[in-house]
Amino acid sequence: MNNFQYSRASDVADAIRLLIADPGAKLIAGGTNLIDLMKEDVERPTRLIDISRLPLRDIEETADGGLRIGALVPNSDLAYHPLIEQRYPLLASAILAGASAQLRNMASVGGNLMQRTRCAYFYDTTTPCNKRSPGTGCSALDGLNRNHAILGSSKSCIATNPSDMSVALAALGALVHIAGSTGARTVALTDFHRLPDDKPHLDTILGRGEIITAIELPPLGLARNYSYLKIRDRLSYAFALVSVAAALELEGNAIGEARLALGGVAHKPWRSLEAEAALRGQAATPDHFGHAADLLLQGAVAHSHNGFKIELARRAIVRTLMQATSATPQSQAHKKVA
Amino acid sequence: MSDATHELPERIPIRLVVNGIGHELDLMPWTTLLDALRDHLELTGTKKGCDHGQCGACTVLIDGRRVNSCLTLAVMKDGAEITTIEGLAKNGALHPLQQAFIDHDAFQCGYCTPGQICSATGLLAEGHARDADEIRELMSGNLCRCGAYPNIVAAIQQAMGQS
Repeated sequence: MNNFQYSRASDVADAIRLLIADPGAKLIAGGTNLIDLMKEDVERPTRLIDISRLPLRDIEETADGGLRIGALVPNSDLAYHPLIEQRYPLLASAILAGASAQLRNMASVGGNLMQRTRCAYFYDTTTPCNKRSPGTGCSALDGLNRNHAILGSSKSCIATNPSDMSVALAALGALVHIAGSTGARTVALTDFHRLPDDKPHLDTILGRGEIITAIELPPLGLARNYSYLKIRDRLSYAFALVSVAAALELEGNAIGEARLALGGVAHKPWRSLEAEAALRGQAATPDHFGHAADLLLQGAVAHSHNGFKIELARRAIVRTLMQATSATPQSQAHKKVA
Repeated sequence: MSDATHELPERIPIRLVVNGIGHELDLMPWTTLLDALRDHLELTGTKKGCDHGQCGACTVLIDGRRVNSCLTLAVMKDGAEITTIEGLAKNGALHPLQQAFIDHDAFQCGYCTPGQICSATGLLAEGHARDADEIRELMSGNLCRCGAYPNIVAAIQQAMGQS
């Protein structure tokens, strides 16, 4: 690790002030990703601003019947919160599919959104990487890219966003509340993470001196017909090759609302309003699910080692929608895929 | 340490209560809780395995919650209560999980064992594991390269009162 200064923020305004005063400063809450990247010399902050004691740990009901989740709520507390288990089980399931119990105890909700790609070249400081060192090139394009993106990538970067939680938040239509020196703003979770284009060093739309203060869930929880299916190389404590968050509102076998998002396939959680629209008003059948999968995967591009992910994703989408239809969500403990 | 333009920060005074005993420490900000325990307090029961949050050997309890001490900066835990493997036995009697690991021969080389037992202590306190599948899933943050997993699960089930 490089040496750095340490400050403890007294409130959100103080954190913003400290961020603006030192361009090399970074916020730290759980630290599960940042400390690791500092040990690898990938992140070299001049100052860490400790926000872990700020009062952003509440989970409150909003006036419209949704929930507002403080940015510092630990991932495990969120997944096991009674209101999340009852109203937003898709989110609980996705969180419990990620990391380990220890890391979920440490990691904050805001930090989960800020975690960086696990692309091996991003971690390896001896190789070119546009995300780590802009302008040096992308080693994954012609390198080992079995785990890399099939959607939305660019010639600059084919890295994926590693979060499970974000995939469920995308499907649920969550909002991100942000504070900054010029005031507060709110963006959709699906607009929070960027596609790489020619600036892959920017993971999110967060500007300098901005801080996530809360995540907001809209009232519609889709708590009956949902599933989160994560496909990976080992059954626990591994990042997704492909993951699917699916939720439906069903009247008999007819689909009302439909939500569908993919993880492990792009620089951000991948959601297609067109694919969801194609499901509404249709019968919940494998054929219709396959059509929606094709729409969601439109434009998918294979690199030298990850072509299998396109068909894997298609099958996982259909399987997850079938699990949602039968109200038998994928268990994150009992690993058999029904 | 190539950032010659940056002044070295001063040591930061903190207090940690480890296994019920208060300690005043002056630490650099980059000292992890793991290094503070092992190198400053000479509590070497907590092990450094991967040092990257991938193996769980460094697991301790902070204010009763299991965490990876290798990914925790000690200065961020000023005032916290830490429990390590050295703090589980009470009045000369082994913690039920320590006894269960012995009863079930739940280790071979033993290097992962302090982390396994601290992690299992956290798991029991959380109360979310009800059967062997759930124990396996909620213990997946602790690797055992000797492959003692079946006996580790059996030991935890014993401590849960399931055997």
